[in-house]
Amino acid sequence: MADKPRGKGFFAPGGRLLLPAVLVAFYVLARVLVAAGLLNGYWQLILDQSLIVATASLGLSLIYGFCGQFSLGHAAFYGLGAYTAGLISKLWGHGDPLWFVGSLLAGAVVAGLVAVVIGLPILRLRSDYLGIATLGFGIIVKVLMDNSGKLIPETGGATGMTGVPMVANLTWVFIVAVAAIFLVRNLVFSRFGRSWVAIREDEVAADAMGINTTRAKTLAFVLGCALAGLAGALYAHRYPFIHPSSFDFLKSIDFLIIVVLGGLGSFSGTVATAVAWVFLLEGLRAVLGVAFVDYRGVVYALILVAVIILRPRGLLGGKEWSALLPRLGRRDGREEAKPHG
Amino acid sequence: MKRIAVLALVLLLAATMVFSVVGCKKEDKNVIRIGLIAPMTGDASTFGTSTKNGFTMAIEEAGTTVAGLTIQLFFADDRNDATEAVNVATKLATQDKVHAIIGSVSSKCSIPVSEVAEANKVVQITPTSTNPKVTLDPERKTFVFRACFIDPFQGTVGAKFALDNLKAKKAAVMFDQGNDYTIGLANFFKEAFVAGGGVIVGWEAYGKDDVDFSAQLTKIAAAKPDVLYLPDYYNKVSLIGQQARQKGIKAPFLGGDGWDSSELDFATMDGGYFTNHYSAGDTRPIVVDWVAKYTAKYDATPDSLATLAYDATKLLLKAIETAGSNDTTAIRDALQGISLDVVSGRVSFDADGNPTKAAVILQIKDGKQVYVATVSP
Amino acid sequence: MTGLLEQVFNGLQLGFVYALIALGYTMVYGIIRLINFAHGDIFMVGAFVGVLGYTAWGLPFPVAVAVSMIVCAVAGVTIERLAYRPLRYAPRIAALISAIGVSIFLEYFCSLKFVFGPNYRVVTRPFEVTTFTVGGANVTNIQVVVAVVVLALLAGLQYMLYRTRIGKAMRAVSQDHDAARLMGINVDSVISATFGIGSALAAAGGVLYAVAYPQIWPFLGIMPGLKAFTAAVLGGIGSVPGAVLGAIIMGQVDVLSAAYISSQFRDAIGFSILIIVLLVRPTGLLGSRQREKV
Repeated sequence: MADKPRGKGFFAPGGRLLLPAVLVAFYVLARVLVAAGLLNGYWQLILDQSLIVATASLGLSLIYGFCGQFSLGHAAFYGLGAYTAGLISKLWGHGDPLWFVGSLLAGAVVAGLVAVVIGLPILRLRSDYLGIATLGFGIIVKVLMDNSGKLIPETGGATGMTGVPMVANLTWVFIVAVAAIFLVRNLVFSRFGRSWVAIREDEVAADAMGINTTRAKTLAFVLGCALAGLAGALYAHRYPFIHPSSFDFLKSIDFLIIVVLGGLGSFSGTVATAVAWVFLLEGLRAVLGVAFVDYRGVVYALILVAVIILRPRGLLGGKEWSALLPRLGRRDGREEAKPHG
Repeated sequence: MKRIAVLALVLLLAATMVFSVVGCKKEDKNVIRIGLIAPMTGDASTFGTSTKNGFTMAIEEAGTTVAGLTIQLFFADDRNDATEAVNVATKLATQDKVHAIIGSVSSKCSIPVSEVAEANKVVQITPTSTNPKVTLDPERKTFVFRACFIDPFQGTVGAKFALDNLKAKKAAVMFDQGNDYTIGLANFFKEAFVAGGGVIVGWEAYGKDDVDFSAQLTKIAAAKPDVLYLPDYYNKVSLIGQQARQKGIKAPFLGGDGWDSSELDFATMDGGYFTNHYSAGDTRPIVVDWVAKYTAKYDATPDSLATLAYDATKLLLKAIETAGSNDTTAIRDALQGISLDVVSGRVSFDADGNPTKAAVILQIKDGKQVYVATVSP
Repeated sequence: MTGLLEQVFNGLQLGFVYALIALGYTMVYGIIRLINFAHGDIFMVGAFVGVLGYTAWGLPFPVAVAVSMIVCAVAGVTIERLAYRPLRYAPRIAALISAIGVSIFLEYFCSLKFVFGPNYRVVTRPFEVTTFTVGGANVTNIQVVVAVVVLALLAGLQYMLYRTRIGKAMRAVSQDHDAARLMGINVDSVISATFGIGSALAAAGGVLYAVAYPQIWPFLGIMPGLKAFTAAVLGGIGSVPGAVLGAIIMGQVDVLSAAYISSQFRDAIGFSILIIVLLVRPTGLLGSRQREKV
């Protein structure tokens, strides 16, 4: 499969600056729309939500899309990040930017640490057994969240937590999302990524090839859960209210849907699907209107089934948006990494 | 193929943005925009339907204008989900630019809505959310009110009734450990019951989707309580009540306003008492009128959700009339100072945005709700 | 210690209820390895149809159950044809997503006013509940009926799987579709039959569930579906007796932890124990140690 010769020039397809240019343009466009009053508070919120969901979904993409570990407890880590970061900002940060960044990191770190503790024992399990174990873990976390008010009253327990300063705006969310995308991209095209795909395709063969499967799987799980925690931390600073019911197993299923529909082994697919999914759900609200509000769930379900039947491998199964592929070596951009399929 | 997909996605996003642009032009002078946020779909949709019914009836009675302003309505479904509640509240406040919101049903949705409402200076009245945090957190959110009494009051009324009327010395309580409404009532009941000299002999929790309570009820049966407090919604208590009787618990049941529904299992709960906002059998003309109107239109006796939604809307409309404009601050001030007879009693708001209202105690007897007593704060 | 005995009976009862749901689920799961998210919702539909049968339509109870089983069998086969067959040779996860979609569809569709409506409906029982005491513990006739039905269904299923031709065909298909086809088995028919039977079992379970816990509503099936999946995995994927055993153990754990540790943390304790069991027996209680062929 020969590469088409690419034109020289920085902004041509394949040029080095295409991707950064597109990202900057997107961000500038969004800010302009906001300033002109064309993008109102509601759509800003939805846009931010979609980027937050995309960041969290990237985590599950690492764990399941690339490494093949069937995790049904992703929302629990999302929630752990939200509560950790929210508490830090509420009790000590009060909106100070440095504390805010610190709380984001804390959210990711706490989620990652919990992932290490739970991952080491349970990643030995395969497929559906792992699914049940992670699902169970998610439920355990939710029960603990419901009862957390006894230990730390500020979390509110089942009443929910308020009082977190709303300092995550489009800029922050965008920066974190872009950073997550590049982080995942670089991981996926590194030897870690290759070992993950090897494990996903055939764990025994990977083991026989000398890959330390335990270490690789744990790494994917920890990094993926840390991303979820990071996204949750952002969520806590963008939504004025955090409630345990937002982190139950149905939310984990939502992340799974996004990753599968986007295509396993495709992080651009995951990001695109995450954004589309959030906009679809909100868009259905507008399209169906008041008269057919009952049908929102029905239509969503039908779309879900139709999409998976039409594209069983997901929208971008195994492929990536070419602009996101990293350049290898040669400066004119002719040599590109091939995606992992 | 991929190019087309990307193009389609971009177009979709652009289209949705255009939607928001189109929705932006609003003439402000002669219009009052009122939004309703309720769970219209999802697992709490029956409560949403009742709320919407009450709201709609009040609006219809007002006609098309109030205080010379044309009424524009906006309905939003929060699916009883906290994230969706923020989304729709933000939509109503920033895109549809509503002046007032009636909603939502559960506190876990009303609290986030109240944050958005307060930030955008939108008047909000929640018909049924009883958690104190809706209006206080910890400062008073001045634009937020509620049409119902709050958990501390209701739980205390229940406890006093158990102590004084039922002469109970030992009480057992069961609550949903993920639902702040039941937890709140259970805690306040316990506090007041113990303060009044009673003993809590059973304190059991269950999960939101549980249908089997045999483990908890066996423990409670062994403790032989004089009363079993079940402060959950009618659907749950019907199940618990059945199994309690099967386990040999003879004590009367006691509950809260969540029992108020024609779908309650009257046979099982017979002999039970609950605290409520109003009694459908009340002879006050306003109540008789309300019950008749509602039954004629919806072929069912109005439950407390519909009634409180109706009352909340009536309060709002009166405040708009008093304010005489769509200035939300003026409406807020009018509401804070209001004193109006509504179906559930004479309402005026205290400093915390809560109405000073009496509670009624009803008994389930022979398939009906029977009035027992009124308890004033 | 009548308290303990009664709690054990409570656990048994709950366990048999879980087993009721898990039986139909594990059949499909064992044969096609599909995590049928929609099973809990077929269960719900079965409950509605059955209850409507003996109340609104005035049918005698056994007839209502039969009607419900037929309706759900047809529904199950139709769903398989439309939503799962196109994905037969796609990655397994695609079928799972489709099942999730079907599940959501059934829940919201049945919530529509012209179908079943979103309300919680109280179910009038077709026969009286009587309580009697065994060794000082309270037992109801419904608990006994559920236990008897579960054991009968278990026996029936095992008989079908191991003593009939269709059962043999199902086992063959579960091992290897292509080899089964080479042996002259019509794989499509076998899978359709599997779904039909599994859905019929779900329907029967649903009606019985509605009688035991007399309340039905469109989102009824979510928790039972989850329990069924958990029981099936705990017992070992593909093992029908394993699913029943898993369900019984789950029932005991749920009840005993609520009774003697904390009813508030019951779910957390239950799943913690589940995770520990899986760590000790990674392929479930009665699951075969999967030999990795390289």
